[in-house]
Amino acid sequence: MATLTVPVTEQKKTYEQEALITGAEAIAVACKLANVDVVTAYPIRPYDTVMQYMSQLVADGEMDCEFIVAESENSQFEIVKHASACGARVFCGSSGIGWMYAMEVLTVTPSLRIPMVALVGNRALDDPGAFGVEHNDALAVRDLGWNLVWVDTAQEALDTALICYRFAEDRRIFVPVALSCDGAFLTHSQALVNIPTLEQVKKFLPRYDRGDLLLHPDNVISVAPQCNEDWVMEIRRQNYEVTERACNVLKEVYADFERVFGRKYGNPFFEEYMTDDAEIVLFGMGTLSTPVQVAVRRLRAQGKKVGFVRLRWFRPFAGAEIAKALDHFRAIAVIDRDLCLGSPDLSGVVATELRSAMYTHAKTRPPVLDFIGGLGGREVTVADVEKIVEITFQAARGKPQPLTQWIGLRG
Amino acid sequence: MGQLFAVELIYRGIFQKTLAKNITRGIVLAAHEEGKRGISFGRYSDSPERNGIPAKSFAIVATDEETLQLGMAHYEPDQVDITVVLDDTLCKGIESWAWDGVRPVNRATKPGGTLIVTSTQSADELLKLIHRREQPYKLGIVKGIASSSGMWVYKNDHTDVRVLGAIAKALPELVSQKSVEAYIKNKLKDELKVTSARTAYDRFTAVEVKPGQGNPEKLPHYELLKWEDMALGVAIKGQPQGGPYEDPATKKLGGFRPVRNDKFQKYTTRTDRPVVNFQTCTKCTLCWLNCPDGSFDVTPDGTYEANLAACCGCGICEAICPVKNCITMVNESQFHDNESQWLSFKKDKGGYLEWLEATIASAPKESERTHGFRYRGQYQEQVPQALEIAQKS
Repeated sequence: MATLTVPVTEQKKTYEQEALITGAEAIAVACKLANVDVVTAYPIRPYDTVMQYMSQLVADGEMDCEFIVAESENSQFEIVKHASACGARVFCGSSGIGWMYAMEVLTVTPSLRIPMVALVGNRALDDPGAFGVEHNDALAVRDLGWNLVWVDTAQEALDTALICYRFAEDRRIFVPVALSCDGAFLTHSQALVNIPTLEQVKKFLPRYDRGDLLLHPDNVISVAPQCNEDWVMEIRRQNYEVTERACNVLKEVYADFERVFGRKYGNPFFEEYMTDDAEIVLFGMGTLSTPVQVAVRRLRAQGKKVGFVRLRWFRPFAGAEIAKALDHFRAIAVIDRDLCLGSPDLSGVVATELRSAMYTHAKTRPPVLDFIGGLGGREVTVADVEKIVEITFQAARGKPQPLTQWIGLRG
Repeated sequence: MGQLFAVELIYRGIFQKTLAKNITRGIVLAAHEEGKRGISFGRYSDSPERNGIPAKSFAIVATDEETLQLGMAHYEPDQVDITVVLDDTLCKGIESWAWDGVRPVNRATKPGGTLIVTSTQSADELLKLIHRREQPYKLGIVKGIASSSGMWVYKNDHTDVRVLGAIAKALPELVSQKSVEAYIKNKLKDELKVTSARTAYDRFTAVEVKPGQGNPEKLPHYELLKWEDMALGVAIKGQPQGGPYEDPATKKLGGFRPVRNDKFQKYTTRTDRPVVNFQTCTKCTLCWLNCPDGSFDVTPDGTYEANLAACCGCGICEAICPVKNCITMVNESQFHDNESQWLSFKKDKGGYLEWLEATIASAPKESERTHGFRYRGQYQEQVPQALEIAQKS
């Protein structure tokens, strides 16, 4: 975590200040810099860190926005949906079952082309009641037109929040984005973050212009009428179109981010770590990159050629690019911090998705093993990763391994 | 590979949450003054918003980014260079809100590491509470009463910077006193605090604690079940209802004691405990009815006894009891076990009442009792006391 992509000396020139803040607080700072107009809040751990910090910024007079504490997550997302239709830049978010309680609103947001940015502080879905990270909450909207991104560090959280606004509000797409942060590991850990200047942000992020979709007395439109089978398929096709376009817009946004802020994220969709001469790679999302990178370095010191690919954007899933980056390895181990019960080979969501992409786009077909771990906030330990690597090397050498295994489980 | 350091702060929920956060942040930012990098975070399984709950906050610091990542690969460090305890009553052991049993405060302190306690007691007195262990460590005291510094209703008493000064003395490799002072000057912008940190640095000493020295109490260990041994449907077995128990004098059964969950010992939340005068108890039932945790047993005599394995120490019983001095809340540091008061009363009534008189003498006067809450003007009253302690040390 917190691997700097630009040397510190170079950054000092470009950045206004350094602060010791959590990933969630970093997103609040990004919202302040993005001059967000309407924020809705409803408490649930671990998302609530962002609303606490943002309400403090508002109270301290550092941030100027409508800060509305809703009476439930359903209303919370409903309010920003309407505000966004009226041309306001909006922010909201939730976690776990709170996110699920907003599901009715989440389903309609993409088809109305609302560029909402929401933080999902990833949390296990009840029951049992638990606070820890699991990715099934955010992943529940994966088929609905929401864009989903996972970040790794507080710095990346701040940067990605700015990227999300620029991406979501691009006139060619107008899409909602859920920015996922692993509960505890990212939402509650304070790290040193470079905060960009307001001038830089202004340069990167233009005003949100809804154009002729603006819900306003001067622009008389009616949004979301009831319709029948004569219309629905065509409306769906529009959303299909936009998801196709999203990948190219994202590439543009990341290139612009690098130009304005000087920090390189490389490929927007995934980040490669020590993959150059790797025989096998690990593949996963979020903060598990910390133990994985430590394990990869340790194994490299022992002469084992292991690499790691961290998936950033799950939606849009850049299938062709990802398959191209992975098909020359001898075996792939996915670590899924989620479940996809009843799926083919009873694998997790990420592994199932990756296998689908590999089937279509990969030149060769290395075995894709899946490891379910780190559920409910349990740590994926360095020892777990080393075990995964050992099993994956067996598969790389042609010794068949079970397609799905649990790691770090008692029993 | 560079150097990696970990510090844990053990504190009481809500009252000391900001103080603990300010100290761990201070460690990271002071170390950053000398080019180190670090992170600061609270233990996620805690519930530090709850009154008095033992909770933890951490600072992980490293000389470079790659080493820091090594420290971050494990969320809660197994071993820390320094453990700081911000309330000496916590020395009896701590249990997190979502944890599996009481644990000693020195459990994570590295062999040879330092345990720092803010207390007015001596090291020998504290070692009656702190559990013994195999590996040696050092014990140092920052003189002071349990502080709620940083909480909005409580003024800043410099405990944060005094602890930072002590840390700089205990482990200069982590952060030097110079860096602590630079941090206070640059970030807190308070010259008086610089002086407080320096004074704490100059005065801080630590004594060696040898293997086997300390509280001999053995804490229970719980085995976590394997997945195939757990009940289906997120169901857990309930407790049986409970029933009458034996009077040691007559050997007859009587009263009522509910069966309590022995795997969830909330008493580590307690800073005060009720001391009951069974002689003057009128059996009015008010304490039993009003205890929010159902921690009162009905004794075979028909009187009421706070079961000290279940009592959180909130003080509602003392507030509600209509009889003068029948229930008195006394600071937890006076006691070394959770044995039944009623049993010792039954064994030797005269002796018990004598002990009771002596024990409740240290409690605040009836008019000053706060029942767990601070009262207006309490801080002002405590300033001379704190000043006296500071001058003495």
